[in-house]
Amino acid sequence: MAAPAGSGSTNGGWHPGLHESATFDRGVIAEIQRAAREGMYDIRGFGAKRRVPHFDDLLFLGASVSRYPLEGYREKCATDVVIGTRFAREPVRLDIPITIAGMSFGALSGQAKEALGRGATEVGTSTTTGDGGMTPEEREHSSVLVYQLLPSRYGMNPDDLRRADAIEVVVGQGAKPGGGGMLLGHKISDRVAEMRDLPRGIDQRSACRHPDWTGPDDLEIKIEELREITDWRIPIYVKVGASRTYYDVALAVKAGADAIVLDGMQGGTAATQDVFIEHVGIPILAAIPQAVESLMELDMHRKVQLIVSGGIRTGADVAKALALGADAVSIGTAALIALGDNAPAFDAEYRSIGSAAGFYDDYQAGLDPAGISTQDPELAARLDPVEGGRRLANYLRTLTLEAQTLARACGKSHLHNLEPEDLVALTIEAAAMARVPLAGTSWIPGLVAPGA
Amino acid sequence: MATVGGPQIAREALWSFDLAEQTVRELNQSLHSGPPVHAGGGVVIHNPGGRHAVAVGLDAAYEVEIEGHVGYYCAGMNKLATVRVRGNCGVGVAENMMSGVVVVEGSASQSAGASARGGLLVIHGDASARCGISLKGADIVVRGSVGHMSAFMAQRGALVVCGDAGDSLGDSLYEARLYVRGSVAGLGADCIEKEMRSEHVAQVGELLTRAGIDDVGPGEFRRYGSARRLYNFHVDNLGAY
Repeated sequence: MAAPAGSGSTNGGWHPGLHESATFDRGVIAEIQRAAREGMYDIRGFGAKRRVPHFDDLLFLGASVSRYPLEGYREKCATDVVIGTRFAREPVRLDIPITIAGMSFGALSGQAKEALGRGATEVGTSTTTGDGGMTPEEREHSSVLVYQLLPSRYGMNPDDLRRADAIEVVVGQGAKPGGGGMLLGHKISDRVAEMRDLPRGIDQRSACRHPDWTGPDDLEIKIEELREITDWRIPIYVKVGASRTYYDVALAVKAGADAIVLDGMQGGTAATQDVFIEHVGIPILAAIPQAVESLMELDMHRKVQLIVSGGIRTGADVAKALALGADAVSIGTAALIALGDNAPAFDAEYRSIGSAAGFYDDYQAGLDPAGISTQDPELAARLDPVEGGRRLANYLRTLTLEAQTLARACGKSHLHNLEPEDLVALTIEAAAMARVPLAGTSWIPGLVAPGA
Repeated sequence: MATVGGPQIAREALWSFDLAEQTVRELNQSLHSGPPVHAGGGVVIHNPGGRHAVAVGLDAAYEVEIEGHVGYYCAGMNKLATVRVRGNCGVGVAENMMSGVVVVEGSASQSAGASARGGLLVIHGDASARCGISLKGADIVVRGSVGHMSAFMAQRGALVVCGDAGDSLGDSLYEARLYVRGSVAGLGADCIEKEMRSEHVAQVGELLTRAGIDDVGPGEFRRYGSARRLYNFHVDNLGAY
């Protein structure tokens, strides 16, 4: 929503006598003025935009005298991952450990969902449905499709459940742990309305709690039911927003999950209150070690797979997440950008609706010039699913190559051989959260040495 | 349309399971992949013993009779089958049902018929809290009373309550129709009483007939539905949330 820094005339008249308040900066002042004018909180898409400790605050220790590196381009560094080995007869087998996160048809156009499926399939990974059910297009174009069971149950049906390659029970997401979904009325087309059993054009509020279970003991029985319906064939993931991660992971494992999907506060959303996005949940960097600790204590690390998301952008992010103990990562926002979201080619149109390329986050509005977060047929037609899929595949290949490059430098023949010992932190905060030493020291803040 | 109190299945035609001897897994696997001769045929399940997920995910026109009490999610996501429980049900009976009929001769726990999209759920006893929560097109008939927050966010379909309704009936209701014969402890946000017109009397009458309830008149019910004031968020409605 905020005007891009450096755009327009806001900086043009600056002189040394203008002293901007750190507490009431121009963005804060503009938001107070907007709130006073509209009497309504700001709803937007994207994820948290504030700076939080992140993978950028970690560095790899490459191999040297004490470690052998692997030869780049020549020696194999495997990337495959199997998810759902605990109970499922047919676990999900992926060529790369980078999956596409759940995003709904409704929030996204049909073409965008198809493009995600095409791109993921080209590189041998999975994509995920979202709030609103499974469309035939995404099933057709996704070789591995994860079907979400959400509190709203929009479009939920047992035929799609049996058509899925995995089920993801969504408890929460990183952008809004403890919050439900929202799809504003202007994005409810006839087809979206039909899939969700709702009238066209009304604001669609998804519940934050499941209608037929509350608490971990019920969840265990719910998972048992889903397994019975699908004859124990496919894996069942449980997705949580990162908050009380240590306990949530333990309870999900106890409830019988095959895999945990852990979404940090930087994880995207199609429409959520800005105050929720920026002030609830914890960074993925802080959550992964909690999850891994929980899994290890239960002797379930690598047995219940951990998929992490929320701010994955580069192969370095992928490698660092895996080194901290994740089995795979998931991308949402980055995948949309790869499809064409925020592309410079649409800058003039972004500006005409009060934003700019590189800043657009009004996914809730349905006016996306890139044709991705919209149900407008003319806008949606701008995205060629084949071209979009190709761009996504290119991006996923780049992430994989980057992660392999870093893993080889650390002497690892599989991405999963990366480990916390390969990492150091640039800041005290990141060292404490990631539980790796501050660079150049052996100090991990908060870690009590045995016998101390 | 046939009533659910129709003729009993010939006992000799029944495909029989005993959950004192067999597992729920064996039962469901059999019903999912059973020989065609049984599709449309009768199934009887003995000694359910309060087990969870009994007869879930059915996708054929079985006539299932369960001889006792069941736990959570009995007949969950049912399609086509008729399931009769000769006892009480735990949480979420007939959750997300797509079609068919589920009859509970006793009472049902919370979230009966949650998010059910089609078919008919009949409960001859009482139903606990959140009966018909997120209802998406199925019809529910309760011979007794329902607990609080029933029909919460119900989108489509009908809930017929011959007894009383607990507090916050129809909170955040969409287009589902609610009919209550007795008292309503309180209405939820955006739920109001509406005129009971002839087509509504006819709908209740038809549902009672299908449920096999013939000692209650359709004209004795009051209708509740959405005021549709909260369909598009507006700051002036803040007090309603």
